[in-house]
Amino acid sequence: MSLTTVSGSGSAPLLSIQRVSRRYGPVIALDDVSLDIARGEFFALLGPSGCGKTTLMRCVAGFETPDSGELLLDGEDLAGMPPYRRPVNMMFQSYALFPHLDVFENVAFGLRRQGLNKETIAGRVRALLQLTQLDSYGSRKINELSGGQRQRVALARALAPGPRLLLLDEPLGALDRKLREETQFHLKKIQRETGTSFMIVTHDQDEALALADRVAVMRAGRIEQVASPNDIYERPASRFVAGFVGDTNFIDGVVVFDSAPYLLTDFGRIALSTCCLPDGRRATLSVRPEDIHARHDGPGISGIVEEFVFRGDNTLLRVRVGNDVILRVATWDMRFSVGESVMLQFPLDTPALFAEEI
Amino acid sequence: MNGQFRILQALMLTAGFIFLYAPIVILAAMSFNASRLVSVWGGFSTRWYAALIENEQLMHSAWISLADATLSALFATILGLLAAVSLARFGAFPSRLLFFGAIHAPLVLPEVVMGLALLSCFVALGVGRGFTTLVIGHVTFTMCFTTVALLASLRECDPALEEAAMDLGATPFTAFLLVALPQIAPAMASAFLLAFTLALDDLVIASFATGPGATTLPMRIYSQVRLGVSPQINAMSTLLLGMVAVAMGAGALILRRGARRSRRVSVT
Amino acid sequence: MKKAQTLSRGQRLVLLAPYLWIVAFLLAPLILILKISFSHTVLARPPYRPIFELSEGLAGFWTKAQTFTFDAYRVLFTDSLYINAYISSLTIAAVATLVTLLVAYPFALAMARAPEKWRPFLIGLAAAPFWTSFLIRVYAWIALLKDEGLINKGLIALGLIDAPIQMFATRFAVVIGIVYSYLPFMLLPLYAALERQNPALREASADLGATPMQTFLRVTLPLSREGIIAGVLLVFIPAVGEFVIPDLLGGSDTLMIGRTLWNDFFANHDWPTASAAAVLLLVLLIAPLAALERMRFGQKDLRP
Repeated sequence: MSLTTVSGSGSAPLLSIQRVSRRYGPVIALDDVSLDIARGEFFALLGPSGCGKTTLMRCVAGFETPDSGELLLDGEDLAGMPPYRRPVNMMFQSYALFPHLDVFENVAFGLRRQGLNKETIAGRVRALLQLTQLDSYGSRKINELSGGQRQRVALARALAPGPRLLLLDEPLGALDRKLREETQFHLKKIQRETGTSFMIVTHDQDEALALADRVAVMRAGRIEQVASPNDIYERPASRFVAGFVGDTNFIDGVVVFDSAPYLLTDFGRIALSTCCLPDGRRATLSVRPEDIHARHDGPGISGIVEEFVFRGDNTLLRVRVGNDVILRVATWDMRFSVGESVMLQFPLDTPALFAEEI
Repeated sequence: MNGQFRILQALMLTAGFIFLYAPIVILAAMSFNASRLVSVWGGFSTRWYAALIENEQLMHSAWISLADATLSALFATILGLLAAVSLARFGAFPSRLLFFGAIHAPLVLPEVVMGLALLSCFVALGVGRGFTTLVIGHVTFTMCFTTVALLASLRECDPALEEAAMDLGATPFTAFLLVALPQIAPAMASAFLLAFTLALDDLVIASFATGPGATTLPMRIYSQVRLGVSPQINAMSTLLLGMVAVAMGAGALILRRGARRSRRVSVT
Repeated sequence: MKKAQTLSRGQRLVLLAPYLWIVAFLLAPLILILKISFSHTVLARPPYRPIFELSEGLAGFWTKAQTFTFDAYRVLFTDSLYINAYISSLTIAAVATLVTLLVAYPFALAMARAPEKWRPFLIGLAAAPFWTSFLIRVYAWIALLKDEGLINKGLIALGLIDAPIQMFATRFAVVIGIVYSYLPFMLLPLYAALERQNPALREASADLGATPMQTFLRVTLPLSREGIIAGVLLVFIPAVGEFVIPDLLGGSDTLMIGRTLWNDFFANHDWPTASAAAVLLLVLLIAPLAALERMRFGQKDLRP
């Protein structure tokens, strides 16, 4: 998989993670992980809980030590460097704001450790509070802030020491849905304005796709795919990625090469645009609900509407095809009723075909 | 809930609190009894308090007890803090289980056994018994209580806070000093108070550990009580009870203020 | 989940002071007691013949080990004084624990079912006597229990009895003293167990047709089991080794092991026997102690 297509610059990476492994007793948290993060990049580690993404982030921050492998920041080996000497800062999932200090002192904490003089600290803190729209909150105690305000204090505090890389552990996890979208834009803006490299850890695919320049999808301590959000969604590299990111149908069948390749399923044939699997191989095709078109009539595979759910901008149908296959199909403009027969058209482009996992 | 239960509940509470407080209240009331006979009311008087102040032996013992309780509580809090930090933060170091068990043992060890053990140890080492051995005994005895209190409080501190401090450039020691310590300060205060009260109150371990010249107040009270009830002891007891009541009132106020603060946190 | 690890120099420095302290003033003395309990009684200071000195090392230990004696333990198991003291300690402690439980349970229940804003005040008030002097609280009962004490006077005044009942200097007085002194230890775990019960459970039970009594027996009581066990252990263990209460409230014939041990030590200067008695007391308490430790710490504290 190419790492440089999206990050653009061909220069040396800011952070280079090389073959890092970490285990806790019998549990393998990180299994030979390699990853490069470019300067100025907004990078997301995406995966279900327990996939090792937080462990990887904590290894970078210095709170965990890899059993093997190397972490290079600007070419410098981070091994043996304690967290307090790493030019990397972290925004904690719980924010970890100091409850006994006010907003100003929280943001100033890292600057004070650097031994800067009073005026410099005050100026820098003020600039950061402005950046995070907390100008008038300097003297507030943490427990007097709302969730969104706390999140911004945590961000300002982590940015204050001027890290080369900012780590964000589930930065939006504690916010409610409405606030989350607003904060996503805010985070992107701050990342662009400061030019700092961001690495976020999240289990929320929407968050990763919305924020990041590149996304690494992790599973059971391994990296499944590293690509742009668009590629992750459109061209998932594995069945796991296809299932984890977005909503999809998995259709089992056998690859058949006739004049053109197609997937022979229980309910009919689906043409394959490209196919690198051999003739006769059992395979699974991932097709997003919105990529299947439901029509009242015309060509395609016929099915019966079992149930439908109105979802605001679209309607999700559960369509029975063949004997016992249920497909999920999104439709925008058509109305269907339960028991009605529909014709399903499959997309021409089918990049997400995976050989059956043995 | 039905009315019948409410009445039963009120009765239970009244009976319970009468059982808990009546003996203490009667004891205090009798200290103002002019009569020497504890069960006969001979009018209000403060003569036993006056006699108390003139009782040099008792006063001397009171000072010994205060000094001993203060010193041993101070040591026990410091040692308890070190022990609690080790147990909470140092992971699975070798012999942790032994340390853990030993540090908690005095919680459940019969006092007579601990006292006996300490005394045999002092004798075997050839150490003359006195104020120093008294303090050593009380530090050993109260240290487990301070450790337990501080360990619980340390465990309530979010470890992410100290990690955040380290992430921002603080060494582990600075992080502990600037972040964890302010949070466990109330627990340190209550651990100190607990150790102080236990040391001040202890009779058994003190009797084994101390020597001539360092007779504690409970020992003095005990030897007088064995001879029978005396109004002067009632007066002394009332003074001690009053002191505890005042300290507890102050403690409750501090706690309430702390609780109000934390309630505000949970609301937002 | 963490693997065993060695400590950094700074961490060792932190651990050193409490570790040394606990070894020097708790573990070493306890081992010393064990040692003394195997020694011969000598009328001297210290009133036992040392079995071995630390300086003699392991070799010295083995030569001296030949002089080990079980005399002190033989006394414990043959002298009826000791046998009675142990039996009496265990029975008095057991009876007192049971009475404490019976007094504390309805009290704790009444507090746990009080309006929520009152509860902290009530439990604070119930726990407050714990902070006052134990000795003074025991002492307070002398004046109440004596023949010419307030209780007897009150009963006579009410015409319930003609002559005072002897309560002071009896086992009854000792039980009362234990119940009174250790009530907070029983109340707190019971209250904690009862207070955290979801009231909806009782409503569900009533909804399913259980009478209040059935609800109590089938829902409330079984759910408070942990509190009961914790409270019983917290009262029973110290009560067995209690010295002050039997000494002040009990009669000269109220034997309890804590008191016997004290007398052996201070009056008879029989250190080996006192030490053996202490060792045996610990052995007797090992099962309840282990149960208590397991309850108190569960898995969470034992693991770092």
